Amino acid sequence: MAKFEISRRKFLTAASLGASGIMLSGCDAFDSQLSIGSGLRSFLENANGLTHRAQRLLGGGNSLAQEFTEADIRQPMRPNGVTAPDDDTYKALLANNFADWRLEVSGLVEKPLSLTREQLMNMPSRTQITRHDCVEGWSCIAKWTGTPLSLLLDQAVVKPQARYVMFHCLDTIDHGLSGDIKYYGTIDLIDARHPQTILAYGLNGKPLPVEHGAPLRVRVERQLGYKMPKYLYKIELVDGFANVGGGRGGYWEDNGYDWYGGI
Amino acid sequence: MESVARSQSEIGPGVPVSNDKTLIYRQSRWTRLTHWLWAISLFFMLLSGLQIFNARPQLYIGKQSGFGYDNTIFEIGAENTNAGPRGYTEIFGHRFDTTGVLGWSGPAGNETARGFPSWVTIPSYYDLGTARVIHFFFAWILTTTLIVWLVAGLINGHIRRDLAPRLDDLKRLPQDIANHARLRFHHTREYNTLQKMAYGGVLFVLLPLMIITGLAMSPSMDSVLPFLNDLLGGRQTARTIHFTVMVLLVAFFVIHILMILAAGPINELRSIITGWYRTDPPAHDAKTPERSA
Repeated sequence: MAKFEISRRKFLTAASLGASGIMLSGCDAFDSQLSIGSGLRSFLENANGLTHRAQRLLGGGNSLAQEFTEADIRQPMRPNGVTAPDDDTYKALLANNFADWRLEVSGLVEKPLSLTREQLMNMPSRTQITRHDCVEGWSCIAKWTGTPLSLLLDQAVVKPQARYVMFHCLDTIDHGLSGDIKYYGTIDLIDARHPQTILAYGLNGKPLPVEHGAPLRVRVERQLGYKMPKYLYKIELVDGFANVGGGRGGYWEDNGYDWYGGI
Repeated sequence: MESVARSQSEIGPGVPVSNDKTLIYRQSRWTRLTHWLWAISLFFMLLSGLQIFNARPQLYIGKQSGFGYDNTIFEIGAENTNAGPRGYTEIFGHRFDTTGVLGWSGPAGNETARGFPSWVTIPSYYDLGTARVIHFFFAWILTTTLIVWLVAGLINGHIRRDLAPRLDDLKRLPQDIANHARLRFHHTREYNTLQKMAYGGVLFVLLPLMIITGLAMSPSMDSVLPFLNDLLGGRQTARTIHFTVMVLLVAFFVIHILMILAAGPINELRSIITGWYRTDPPAHDAKTPERSA
């Protein structure tokens, strides 16, 4: 009879979990268990770390995202997120065609850099026709041209304690209590050094338009769109997320999205 | 305890036996455990999946989503009409008014534009980030459970004995369909032909297809298995298949529940909870060799 007891207990646990899920999904009680920082949510979020490790194990550092042909570019690239920054700093840079714009590389590096657009464009470039996958579910194929991020990291000489690359952007994405929040995000050094990770200044054979992040946006081809910040002006090498926004590694991450966006 | 997992056809010492000849040990603990893990996982994956779908309530065919051209085959949306906002669902160009359920729904006076209504999504409000956290957590549980079931089922003979189709199954099919249509069920240890097809279809076709199309949507997995999307017809087709398989799984669930209710819910539930199942009296069995519900 002992076997019956175990099975029954198993079933009761399973059934009550399922039943409470059914009842709660229709009301607000279940919702409150899922707020950022709650125990249940933090537990469920472990799956993202597992996915990250599993995909790194399978793909290693250098598995390449699929590249397409010119024939696959069937439409203009779809703009998303901020498409016309209203920030004064940005508008002043734009008015001068980004002549005063600089890309800074700082943080945990031996030789901080400050580069003009021309300097970036004079470096070796990479052009790739790739599929942009938005977290919302849509995809769009376009041709991107830019400087491999690894070249800048080599030039700046990354310190051994650096673990992530943080992107600082010029566009205000949100208005917080303590002022405007400009877009920010991080990727690990494996993706940062990936051969297809470029700082793009060209789209479909033309200069990168404002709606797509002019003068410079990130392409991280093995992750979703929210991991590819636009309107870039500073790259900072950091050893953790403590000083990155709310501490979860990016703007969308601080709003409940997973840090690893490879799925 | 180990022997409990063994097949009933290999009754030996330690295997539970009952004095009551019609009460048989039908479902091993592996079958019961994996059944309930799937039930829980699929419940959460469905409701979080519908929330994820709401972020872009359109389905496309091909590698990308058509913005500059049209490759949309399914869409849930809302539009303003003379009679106020209405929800609609469009399938292959045919538009249906689905106000109140799809496209435009919510408490009276507080309706909003949303694909699936809040009572079938987790969380109930719009929250793509949280839905993804839930979806991928249970994706791991579901996939692990399927692998555990497959290994256990191959070792303990469940798959070969109970699910593998035989020539007899084909011969019985017409009679089996007639029996189901009349809701006339025979209670024996074996699954009938339609049951084998339904369970086998879910476990060997639908769930693997769900996992494969799910992985094909991951940009990182695409770099590891680039042929996956080529085989499926592109990432957006993979997403469309993922959605379609969801509809088929929901249809399976509805029929599964109806069949259980028709065949005797107490007995059916007992077998998937405790493993023990009440079969028809032997005399009846001897005369009617058809197998059962």
